[in-house]
Amino acid sequence: MATPTLEKAGTAAQDASPYITVTFRIRRFNPEVSAEATWQDFEVEIDPKERVLDGLHKIKWDLDGTLTFRRSCAHGICGSDAMRINGRNRLACKTLIKDINPAKPITVEPIKGLTVLKDLVVDMEPFFQAYRDVMPFLITKGNEPTRERLQSAEDRERFDDTTKCILCAACTSSCPVFWNDGQYFGPAAIVNAHRFIFDSRDEAGEQRLEILNDKDGVWRCRTTFNCTDACPRGIEVTKAIQEVKRALITRRF
Amino acid sequence: MSAETTPAVSDVSLYDVDNPAPLIEAPRKRTKKTPKSTRTNFELYGWLFMRLSGIVLVVLVLGHLLIQLVLDGGVSKVGFAFVAGRWASPFWQAWDLIMLWLAMLHGANGLRTVINDYAERDNTRFWLKMLLYTATVFTVLLGTLVIFTFDPNIR
Ligand code: HEM
Ligand code: FES
Repeated sequence: MATPTLEKAGTAAQDASPYITVTFRIRRFNPEVSAEATWQDFEVEIDPKERVLDGLHKIKWDLDGTLTFRRSCAHGICGSDAMRINGRNRLACKTLIKDINPAKPITVEPIKGLTVLKDLVVDMEPFFQAYRDVMPFLITKGNEPTRERLQSAEDRERFDDTTKCILCAACTSSCPVFWNDGQYFGPAAIVNAHRFIFDSRDEAGEQRLEILNDKDGVWRCRTTFNCTDACPRGIEVTKAIQEVKRALITRRF
Repeated sequence: MSAETTPAVSDVSLYDVDNPAPLIEAPRKRTKKTPKSTRTNFELYGWLFMRLSGIVLVVLVLGHLLIQLVLDGGVSKVGFAFVAGRWASPFWQAWDLIMLWLAMLHGANGLRTVINDYAERDNTRFWLKMLLYTATVFTVLLGTLVIFTFDPNIR
């Protein structure tokens, strides 16, 4: 017979444990085993205040060491761990379990539109190629100034939003145009072109606009706003793309 | 893609470390050679045209639907005499001509976008677009011919 004391102790202990059991449904692909990608479920004891990345760590470290994914900083800065969690692109390191309904299995897939190498790891090379193609560096003419290139606060504010990009590819791999046609530059490359086009110190805006005027440039954007929704840094990606379009039409930036 | 859960490792496998399966490739990947720069404003004008023709089409198409299907007895009034009566006026001739051209070019350019989005192989893209352009030119020319050469006394 349970005595009142025992019962009380029991509930207290249960209340104290923050852990719940969460099912992670992970898209696995290993070309050394099979040509097919398959779903695999893992049950993990986890505090819902932890992140999806913590769940992946628990799986890799305690359950199945072959699970392969990228992560580096684990704090939303390096941009390594963008993945499709419950059908939306997010950083695993910035997604809390409690925010994505842990009562149901949490699906984790590689981001779409890029070649899957293993499990959650995709080939980022085409993504970075598009990034390099917009020349994401300061270009100036004439002699080097002897002191720093000054800029007013307003001029800096003009492109502030697009300086926040961490190149995680969440936006580009959320874009339906990019899913079907990897030749499209994609939102991330346009955001990084915007970063320099609207920088008063840069002198190659015209050149970058010309690059994005290409048939696979900004005109392929269909304004679906998937990129804005996906951005873990809250960059208004679609707005930046429209600003580049407007600059191309008015040739004023 | 099925949501069915299968164990990751199957018993017998065709593939191993030295003989991996082909990777799951993405369609039309960007490579170092990709920016085949076009150096024209074609896509810019195409984009602008979609928006400008769209605005004009709102008036032309809604007006057209209203006249044909709603006003004055609805669709049952439309017949040879009704069409002949309207095309006797240069105003309605111009209305229908502009609507024909704008809607066809707008629709064709829209479908061109759709083909660019969905057709993966270069050959498929090319032939789908040829089919589209042929159908567009045929329809626009035939429609224009009819509007200009319409004879109400034909028998
Ligand atoms: C009634 C007024 C209309 C307006 C305001 C309008 C506006 C637009 C705009 C702005 C786009 C570009 C969308 C984008 O770039 O994402 C578009 C696309 C398109 N339009 Fe129209 N349009 C109209 C009528 C029509 C008509 C009559 C047709 C058919 C003949 C048509 C066929 C298309 C097609 C096939 C597309 C491409 C679809 C897509 O991009 O997903 N539209 N329209
Ligand atoms: S691990 Fe660095 S952004 Fe998530």
